[in-house]
Order: sequence, then structure tokens, then C-alpha cells
Amino acid sequence: MASTRRHFLASVAAFSFIAIASRGHAQTISRALPWHPFAGEPPQPSLAGWYFFNPDEARAIEAIVDRLIPADDLSAGGKDAGCAAFIDRQLAGSYGDSARLYTAGPFMKGTPTQGYQGEATPAMRYRAGLAAVDAYLRKSKSKAFAELSAQEQDDFLKSLEAGKVDLGAVDGKSLFNLILQNTMEGFFADPIYGGNRDMVSWKMIGFPGARYDYRDHVTKHNQPYPHGPVSIAGSPEWSRKS
Amino acid sequence: MARKLPRKDVVIVGLGWTGAILAHELTDAGLDVVAIERGPWRDTATDFNIGYMQDELRYAVRKDLFLQPAQEAMTMRNNTSQTALPMRDYGSFLPGTGVGGAGVHWNGHTWRFWQSDFQTKSHLTQRYGEARLADLQVQDWGVTADEMESAYDRFEYLCGISGKAGNLGGKIQDGGNPFEDPRKRDYPLPPMQMTYGPTLFAQAAKSIGYHPFPTPAANLSKPYVNPLGISMGQCTMCGFCERFACANYSKSSAQTTILPVLMRKSNFEARCNSEVLHVNLDAAGKMAKGVVYIDQNGEELEQPADLVLLCAYGLHNARLMMLSKIGRIYDPQSGEGTVGRNYCYQTNAGIQLFFEDKNFNPFIASGACGQTMDDFNGDAFDHGPLDFVGGSGINCIPTNGRPIGTRPVPPGTPRWGSAWKKATKDHYLSSLGFSAQGSSYAARGNYLDLDPTYKDRYGRPLLRVTFDFPDNDIRMSHWVSDRMVEIAKAMKPKQYVEGRRNKSWNSVPYQSTHNTGGAIMGADPKTSAVNKYLQSWDVPNVFVIGASAFPQNAGKNPTGTVGALAFHAADAIRNQYLRNPGAALVQA
Ligand SMILES: Cc1cc2nc3c(=O)[nH]c(=O)nc-3n(C[C@H](O)[C@H](O)[C@H](O)COP(=O)(O)OP(=O)(O)OC[C@H]3O[C@@H](n4cnc5c(N)ncnc54)[C@H](O)[C@@H]3O)c2cc1C
Ligand code: SF4
Repeated sequence: MASTRRHFLASVAAFSFIAIASRGHAQTISRALPWHPFAGEPPQPSLAGWYFFNPDEARAIEAIVDRLIPADDLSAGGKDAGCAAFIDRQLAGSYGDSARLYTAGPFMKGTPTQGYQGEATPAMRYRAGLAAVDAYLRKSKSKAFAELSAQEQDDFLKSLEAGKVDLGAVDGKSLFNLILQNTMEGFFADPIYGGNRDMVSWKMIGFPGARYDYRDHVTKHNQPYPHGPVSIAGSPEWSRKS
Repeated sequence: MARKLPRKDVVIVGLGWTGAILAHELTDAGLDVVAIERGPWRDTATDFNIGYMQDELRYAVRKDLFLQPAQEAMTMRNNTSQTALPMRDYGSFLPGTGVGGAGVHWNGHTWRFWQSDFQTKSHLTQRYGEARLADLQVQDWGVTADEMESAYDRFEYLCGISGKAGNLGGKIQDGGNPFEDPRKRDYPLPPMQMTYGPTLFAQAAKSIGYHPFPTPAANLSKPYVNPLGISMGQCTMCGFCERFACANYSKSSAQTTILPVLMRKSNFEARCNSEVLHVNLDAAGKMAKGVVYIDQNGEELEQPADLVLLCAYGLHNARLMMLSKIGRIYDPQSGEGTVGRNYCYQTNAGIQLFFEDKNFNPFIASGACGQTMDDFNGDAFDHGPLDFVGGSGINCIPTNGRPIGTRPVPPGTPRWGSAWKKATKDHYLSSLGFSAQGSSYAARGNYLDLDPTYKDRYGRPLLRVTFDFPDNDIRMSHWVSDRMVEIAKAMKPKQYVEGRRNKSWNSVPYQSTHNTGGAIMGADPKTSAVNKYLQSWDVPNVFVIGASAFPQNAGKNPTGTVGALAFHAADAIRNQYLRNPGAALVQA
């Protein structure tokens, strides 16, 4: 079970760590409150490079997240904020292959109240989806998504969001929703997962991050909180990755 | 064949809130107790680490601490004409796993139900006539608020609940909930310091004549030493409470209130990463012999015991009874059978307010720090001229400002691009929500049984949930939503947006992990699965403890009552059952 509890990229170091942790988890416990040093499961900082996306996919997803979250006077864009790298790490881990979900058949079309009933995992949906987007655009505009102008990219994404793009076997609208959801996760999650670089989104909205103790400000009603954000890895300098 | 282990006096299935309470009580009575827990061992010092517990992606979005559907899923449908399909990811509710159960990652709103809740059927029939309940299957619990008072008191003092009494021995107290039943003493701790949003809500509610009061919270307003001698710390308002474990020893849970004492007892043993498959019955199906479980190495083991306690969370209790053939599974057509009967939920609605000139600092929050008003809860108000029964507590309890999940923007805002970004920034600090947590009354067609198609990883049928909100509850919720609009207007926001409750129940968006019924208590074995002491009518050495016992749900979070029922059952076992083990405490 230990390995499915981890959703960050499993490096070699992480694997040897799991073995120690699960050996430490006694199965039968009596007469003691067990405690082992270093038995917890801290998240592992995200490393450089691509783990899931191939070069074409990486180009496409970087261009997409940069339109979903464009650079402007409020913040850096999705690409510089690390949203594509975040999605890459997520797809390479237990989120990508739905390791934690119920994936047994039979697969049937359900009612909207029954939730997602597809067989494809997020990793499969990205793989098929990004290829379908570029194939569609190459055919209609002789260009991949990343090669379009910003305006053309926005127009295409709006049509995709509205369900107006026929990507064949790929459901464009639900692909759009998946990418949007993961992009926002990356933009607002702790920087340790590769997105929200330099806590850019937290600074923008005024979220102090991982501080954990606000007792001195509870009754200071309607007054701005005076401190900037910290992340799990600490200050912006320490959390700067790749 | 399962390898047979040495006998124990008591085997407890699940080491969450109720399992820990029962284990503590019965080891104190000198019994040899083993608790078998499906998930891992977890404790504050090791697992709820202050260095990385505040991780929204891991714990709130990817749900690291919760039961994973790969381990055990459920199927759902809204009515019997549909085919149930598996909830491939849990959404609407999020069952717990591991030591501490769902008590690890709850909010801590800790309520008492009222006499009018315990006697839902007789009270409402007497006041409004039988016809008013025609479409419902509500029932009495078989206990009174008076009988439950000391059990509530023990759970509240175990936890160190922060609150203000509203009714001490019949005398209404300023600043408390005037609608509650009499309590013998005040809460162990004073209310939490109030944040800005709930303070404004309370002012507005008071200005229209309502009675807001600080929500009773299992987030501690002060350091506390509980009756077991365990120390807890003051809540730091960290804003990572619901879905997270507390790294400060400030949220009441098995970890912070019981385990440090329980785990040191020589007559207690916890077995983790071990999933109970079923209860073993004797050949006649009249007595339990123990349980069969699979440990983390995949070995099947039999644990014989004289007494079996199902403390696996309400939904899992019901499924384990079905898989073990304890009692008969409910049939909605004939109305016969009791296991799975009267599954209920919670009928919630919300409202979101957008201001221009306010800063709520939404990240300064805890799971239960806020204000509630019960003017429209239960039967606190006259339903005579209305067309429903039941009601809702109205709660302004902003629990967090975690930005993946909490960034309200007004309707019409694009979902991405620069305009989205600007709106997100403009409204993050200056919006506030409050909500109605409504009663959920039993209806004939809402029930639990075993799915005919989908199986778990051991090949056993999944639990099937068939549920939709009864018309009565929808009418109730809309009526309370109208009251919420009045309060919202009194708060003078720039804009407010309603989130009304409509059919059908959707398993995707989170609503609450307040699943009740399925093994309900009562006075009649034809319409209840357990007696008033939570003892199975069919197999008397099995007790079934949890919200599975609720005949229907009130407009309140369940765990105050679940904890009280755990003490109530423990008392019955210690003071009555052990004198004559194996005998029914109530004659059918
Ligand atoms: C996000 C969230 C917020 C909540 N907020 C509130 C709140 O504010 N107020 C409130 O009153 N309630 C709240 N609740 C509900 C509260 O957590 C539960 O009512 C309470 O934990 C129930 O106690 P229990 O002992 O019945 O179940 P649990 O505490 O869940 O314990 C059951 C245990 O049994 C184990 N188990 C199950 N099946 C098996 C098996 N086959 N073999 C072995 N072990 C098994 C589980 O792993 C689990 O550890 C919340 C719940 C959640 C998830
Ligand atoms: S809000 Fe308080 S009780 Fe909840 S997790 Fe944080 S410190 Fe603990």
C-alpha cells in the first residue's frame, strides 16, 4: 500500500525510504504508543526535466497553461509558474494512473450524478488528448497549438471549452476541463510539487501558505494580515526548483 | 482456510472514534480486547507532521488520509429504476481509514440531538398529525434525550469541546443555544475566539431577532487535560483542519484523547493494515464466533471472540452485517428486512456573499470556529402552517482559505485568462459564505444493500447506495434558503449568490460525510436492526456502533451523538450484558 499513498514522483531515493517506513509500521501494537524517528512520509521536492510528457506534448501543454493563466501585471504566466511541470509530475505518479481509484469494470455510461465512468486514466487522457488537439490543428490550420498566435490559441481553447471542437474519439470538453483543473491545482498548490513557483499565486491573492499559527490575528477583524507566504520548503529561495 | 488465532474476550472491527471509545471502556472493565483496523497506524508525532501537514494538494485534493476507492468502493444510484455504478472516486462523502478513522480529518462540529429528534415519529405525529409524515419512514430511536445526557457529557469532556451552554438545568443562558435541551453542566472549555465573518453573521442574525451562538467545537479554545489525563493544546486556527489531521494536538480525535492511554494497556492490542471480511456465525446463525480478516501480508486469519463490536463507520457496519448474514437485508418493495433500512444523509444548501470593503482573511480558520443559529432547526419552530417537517441549522463556519478549493468569484466570471485572474484576486479576501445543514428524513426508497455486479478486490459485492432527497426535505431546504437570503441581505453585501438544494443527489461534489442509518436502533425488531443498546436483535453477541444506528438524521453533524451512543452502548455492555453474556438486553 505504501507506494500508492505517494503521489509525488517516485525517485530511487523515495523507494528505499518506503521500505524503511513500512518496516517501521508494526502490524500488531500493544503496551506502547509506537513512535519511530523519520517514519513519516514527507513530500519529495520536484526535480528538473520531463517525466511524462514527450517533447511535442510538453510544448503543447506549456502553451496551453500559458493561455489559461496568461502573464500580466498580476502574476507570471502558467508556464513560468511551473504549471506544465506540475502536471507532468502528477501524471507520472499515482494520480496519472488512477492507482487509488476504483478501476474495475464493467464500464457503462452513467447519469451525471454518478460521476466519471470512463476507463481512461488521466495519463491516457492527456496522451490521447494532446495528440488529438495538435492533429486537429495541423489539419485545419497547418500548425500545432504551440505555433498559433495567442489570439488563435484563446479562440481555440474557447471552442474546446464550449464543446465545439470535434476531436473524434476524444471528448474535447472534458479534456479541457481536466487540463483546466490540473492547471489550477498546479498554480495554487504548494511549490514543492513544481507549480506555483516562488509562491506566485499566493502572493497575488494574499494567502500566507503554510504558516499554521494565526492566533495573534484572529480578533484583528478586517485588518490585512501583515506577513507574506511561506511554503512547506520554506522561503522562496529554498523552494526555487528547476 | 483461515488460520485460527487464540481467543479474545472482545474483537472490535475498526479503530476509529467509536472503536477507541469502546476499547477504552471495555479494557477498563478488565476484558481482553483486540481491535482490527483496515488502515495503517497513525499518530500525531509521526504522521501529522507540522512541517508538511499544511499541504492542500496532498490531503484535500488527492485525499491522502481517506479510504481509497481501490481498497473499497461503493456503487450509487438515485432510485431503483437506475443501474447503480461505482463511485470510482469518492466525492460527495469521504470515508476514513486507518487508526482514528474519520475522526482524524473531521471538522469537529459537536452537537447534541434533541428529545424531539429522538422521538421524531411520535413527536411530529402528535404535533402535526400522521398525514404530515405520509411520504416518510421516520421512526423513534428508543432512547430519550434524558437517558443520553450523561453520555453526551462524557463525550464532550473526553474531547474538550469549546462552547457555551444555552440551557443549564432548564435555565436559558445568555450567549448559548436557547433551543437545546437542558444540560447538567457547561462545556469543558469556553467558545473559541471569533473570526470576522461569523461575527458579522451573528450581528445580522440578531438584528432580525434570531439567536446565533458559537458553534460547539472540537478545536480547543484553550489547553486542556481530559478525564483520561491526556493533554491537548490550543487550536492555532491553522486553516488546514477538515480533510487534514491536526499537528497541534488541538483537534479531538482518538489520537489526541484516548490512544496515549489505551495503547499502553496490557489487555489491549491493535492490529493495523488488517481488513475484516466478515463476522463468523455459528451453524444456527444465532451467535457470533469471531471475525475473519486479511492482514497486510495477504494471510487470512480467524480471530475468535465472545463479543464482536462493529465500529467500522456506519456504511461499513451495514455492509459487514450483510456480508456476515446478520439480520435480513431490507427490501424497499415489501418494506421487510431491517439491514440497510432508513439510509439518510444531510440536506445542505449554501449562500455566498461578495463584499467590496471587507477583509475576512479566510485562511484564519478552523474546522468548527463559527456561529450557528438553530431557530429553524428540527422542530424548534412551528411547522403548523408549513408543508414539511424537519429543519436546518444555519452555520457561518468559514473553515479555510486554501486556494485550490476556495476562490469564490461571482457568476459570469470566465474560468481562465486575465479576467478570471483579476476576479480571483479581487474576491479572495472579501467574500464569505454560510450554509444550511438540513435534516434528512427516512423514505421507503432510500436504502443500502449489496451490489449485484461490482466487487471489491477480494471478490465480495460492493455496498450499493440508493438515495435521493425526499420531496419533504427539498421543500424544507428551500424554505430555510429563503431565511438565509433574509440574513444575507441584512449583511449588505455587494452581491449574494444562492446555492439551493435540488434533486437529485449528486455523488461528485463534496457535501458531507454524514451517512446515517442502515442498522438503525429502535424498539421493534421488525423495523430496526439493533435495540436501544445497539445490540443486534438477531445475533446478541454483536453490537453495531455508529451513525448506522440513526433512524433518520437531524440538521446537525452526527459525531456528538455517535460518541454518546458509543458510551451508552459501553455502559450497557459493562453494567448489563457482562452479567449474562450472550443474552438479549431487550426482549423482542
Ligand atoms: C471530512 C469530514 C468532516 C467531518 N466533519 C464532522 C464534523 O464537523 N462533525 C461531526 O459530527 N462529524 C464530522 N464528520 C464525521 C465523523 O468523522 C464521523 O461521524 C466519525 O468519525 C464516525 O466514527 P466511527 O467510529 O463510526 O467511524 P470512523 O471514525 O471512521 O472509524 C471507523 C474505522 O473502521 C475501519 N474499518 C472500516 N471497515 C473495516 C473493516 N472491514 N475491517 C477493519 N477496519 C475497518 C476504518 O478504517 C476506520 O478507521 C466528518 C467526516 C469527514 C470525513
Ligand atoms: S484548525 Fe486548529 S484544530 Fe484544526 S487542524 Fe488547525 S490547529 Fe488543529
